[in-house]
Amino acid sequence: MLRKLFKFHGGVKPQTHKAESTTQPIARVPLPERLVIPLHQAVGGHPRPLVAPGDKVFKGQRIGGADGSLSSAVHASTSGIVRDVAPALMPHTSGLTTLSVIIEPDGEDRWGELDKVNYRTTPPDELRDFLRDAGVVGLGGAVFPSYAKLKPGKEGRLKTLVINGAECEPFITCDDLLMRERADDMLKGIVAMRHMLQAEEVLIGIEDNKPEAVAAVQAAIAASGQSGIQAVAIPTRYPAGGAKQLIRVLTGIEVPHGRRSTDFGVQCFNVGTAYSIYEALEFGRPLISRVVTVAGNVDQPRNYEVLIGTPMDHVVRLSGARPDTDRYIMGGPMMGVRLPAFDVPVVKATNCILVGSPALFPPPPPEMPCIRCGECAKACPADLAPFEMYWFSRSKNFGKAQEYHLFDCIECGCCSFVCPSHIPLVDYFRFSKSEIWARERDKSSSDAARDRFEFKNFRQEREKQEKAEKLAAKAAATREKVAADNQAGTASPAAEAPDTAKPAAPSAEDTKRALIAAAMEKARQQKAQVAPKNTEQLSAETQADIDAIEARRAASAATPPTPDA
Amino acid sequence: MLTALLVMTAVALVLGALLGYASLKFKVEGDPLVEKIDAILPQTQCGQCGFPGCRPYATAIASGEADINQCPPGGEEGIRKLADLLGREFKSLSEEHGVEKPKSVAVIDENTCIGCTLCIQACPVDAIVGAAKQLHTVVAGECTGCELCVAPCPVDCIAMEPITETVDTWKWRYPVIQIKQAA
Repeated sequence: MLRKLFKFHGGVKPQTHKAESTTQPIARVPLPERLVIPLHQAVGGHPRPLVAPGDKVFKGQRIGGADGSLSSAVHASTSGIVRDVAPALMPHTSGLTTLSVIIEPDGEDRWGELDKVNYRTTPPDELRDFLRDAGVVGLGGAVFPSYAKLKPGKEGRLKTLVINGAECEPFITCDDLLMRERADDMLKGIVAMRHMLQAEEVLIGIEDNKPEAVAAVQAAIAASGQSGIQAVAIPTRYPAGGAKQLIRVLTGIEVPHGRRSTDFGVQCFNVGTAYSIYEALEFGRPLISRVVTVAGNVDQPRNYEVLIGTPMDHVVRLSGARPDTDRYIMGGPMMGVRLPAFDVPVVKATNCILVGSPALFPPPPPEMPCIRCGECAKACPADLAPFEMYWFSRSKNFGKAQEYHLFDCIECGCCSFVCPSHIPLVDYFRFSKSEIWARERDKSSSDAARDRFEFKNFRQEREKQEKAEKLAAKAAATREKVAADNQAGTASPAAEAPDTAKPAAPSAEDTKRALIAAAMEKARQQKAQVAPKNTEQLSAETQADIDAIEARRAASAATPPTPDA
Repeated sequence: MLTALLVMTAVALVLGALLGYASLKFKVEGDPLVEKIDAILPQTQCGQCGFPGCRPYATAIASGEADINQCPPGGEEGIRKLADLLGREFKSLSEEHGVEKPKSVAVIDENTCIGCTLCIQACPVDAIVGAAKQLHTVVAGECTGCELCVAPCPVDCIAMEPITETVDTWKWRYPVIQIKQAA
C-alpha cells in the first residue's frame, strides 16, 4: 500500500558513508577491565548511588535510583565488584566529571534476580514506574526518559505512534543493523508501546537508503499478523530523523512553536528504544547495553553491542583505529560532539563513536563575514532564519535571538553545512542557548533571594510588633487588676488625694509595688503547679525526711527577710 | 473672537479634566525606576554598597544619593546595565566597596559549630537553619554568597566556597573568531 508522504522544509544531502559499517553483523565486545558507569546519563534529575565501594553487584542490579521528576535509573552492566563511587570524566565536550560507579568485572557476567511484568495486565502507572526503574530512555540521542513519554494524551488515546528508524546522520548505522537483525523483538516492543498509548496506528519511518531494514521490518510485521502497523520508506534527506521532521513527513502535521506533537495525537520513539522496552518487559532486563557504530578513521567500521560504561577506546581497538587518529566524536559528523579523551565511557546516548583524523575531518576554513545570502534559511529544517540568529548571538543580544525562535533550533547543523562563509553557526546557537539558560537560572535565584529577603524583613517587623502588642496587653491587664485590687482593698491614699503632682509619685510607687507583688504571686503559683509528682508512694523513712524539710521551709517562709525600707 | 476664546477655554477645561482623571485613575504606585534598578541588582543583599540590602540601594540610585558603581557582586556587567538604563556614563567598580569575586556559597564546618544562632540572625535570606545549641547548616540553594554570616561567627567555622562548574551549569564558549593578520 502506498502512502502519501509529505516534505519538510530545507534539509541537506551530505555523503552518507553508511555502506562501510553495514557489511558485517553486530558483534559482541569482550568484557573490559573496568566499567565506568556515570549516574547521570539521561536528562532530568541526578540519580542517587545505591551501592558503595566494595559491594558485589550482579548484572542488571540497580546502582543508581531515579531521583526527582524525569529521572531514570542506572544499572550495573555486568557482575563484579564496585571499586569506587567517584567523579569521573564523562563523554561531554566540557571535559567535566560526574559521579560514576566504577565496577571491576568478575568475568562471570551473572544476572541477578530480575522482576518481570505483564504489560497487558499491569496498570499503566505501575508499568511506567517499572520502565523508569529499568532505566529505559530514548536511544535516538536525546536520552529522554521513555516512561514520561508513554502517557496517552488528554483524550486517553493517541492517533499515531511514530517509530523513528530514519537514522539520517552520516556514518551511523546502529538502528539499521538493529532493524535488520532484531526486527521481530523490536516489533514486540512496539506492540507493547502501542498498547500503553492506545495508539490507533503505528508508522515506522525508515530512510529509503536502508532497503534491507525496510524489508526486514515489513517481514516481521507480516509474520506477527498485527494490523495497523506499517513500515514506510521515506526519502533520504538529512535531517529526516528529527522527531518533528519525521512526523511532518509521515503524517503531514507540522508541530508549531511552543506545542508538542502529543497535542496533535502523535508521539515518536526510536527503534532502539522499542527494542530496549521489549527486553525490559519480556525478560525484565534493564537497559545495560546498546548497539554502537564505530566508524570513520578505522580499518573495519562495524556495529557492536556494547555494555554501558565500557571505555570507548576498548571498543575502537576492535575495529582497528588508524595511527593518525586524533579525536573521537560521539554521534555523527553533523551533530556529534568532540570528546575530551579516548577512554570516556559509552553511555546510553552513544549511538556512534566516530573516529576522526585531520585527514578525514580537516580543520574548517577560516570564518568569513556573513554575506546574508540566505542559504542557511533555505536549508533550515525548522523554518528559522539562522543568519539573523547568528547576528544577534554574535553580538550577545540574546533577547533578539530568542525573538527569532532560537529555542526551536534543533542544532542539526544544516546551516553550518551550507554556509559559504564557513561560519560555525550551530556553535553560536549553542553558545546563546547555554548563555540564556544561565541567565534564567541567575534570574530565578535572584528573584528567590529578593522574596526571601523581603519576607525576612516582614517577619522581623511582624515579630517586633507582636512582641510589643503582647507586652502592652499584659501590662494593661496587670495594671487594671492592680487598680481593681487597690479600689476593693484598703482605700488607697492616692485615690483620695487631691489632684496634684505630689501624691502622684507615691501612687506610681504603689502600683509598681503591687505589680511586683502580683508577679511574685504568679511565679509562686507557677512553681506550685510544676511541683514534682514523685512523692506519691514513699517509704515511711523518706516521708519523715520530707516532712522535716517541709517544716523547715515553712518556718523560713514565716519569717521572710525584711525588705528594704 | 470671543467665541474662539470660549471654545478654546472649554476645550482646555475638558482636556484638563480628562488628564486629571487619568492621573488619578492610572496612578503608578511607587517609583517604577526603583523596580527597574532593583531588577538589575543581583539580590545578594550583602550590604557592600553601604545600604541595608539591594532595594534600599536601588532607591538611593534612583534618588541620586548613590552612584551606580557600588555593587561588587553585580560586577562590571551590572554597572553596564545600570549605565544603560539610566543613560549615564560607565565607570569602573569603586574600590572602597570591594572587588568582584566568583560566586560562592557559605559552608559551615560541622565539627566546629557551637550552635550560637548568630549566623542565622545575620543571614539576610534565611538560608541558614538550626536552633540554639544545635548544629547549623546552610541551605546551599538559597545562599546568595553575601558573606554576612562569616564575621559574626565566634568560632570562625564558616568558609566561603566558590561554586564549581557542573555539567548542568556548563556553558558553550563563545566561538573563537579568527582575526586575519593585516598584510
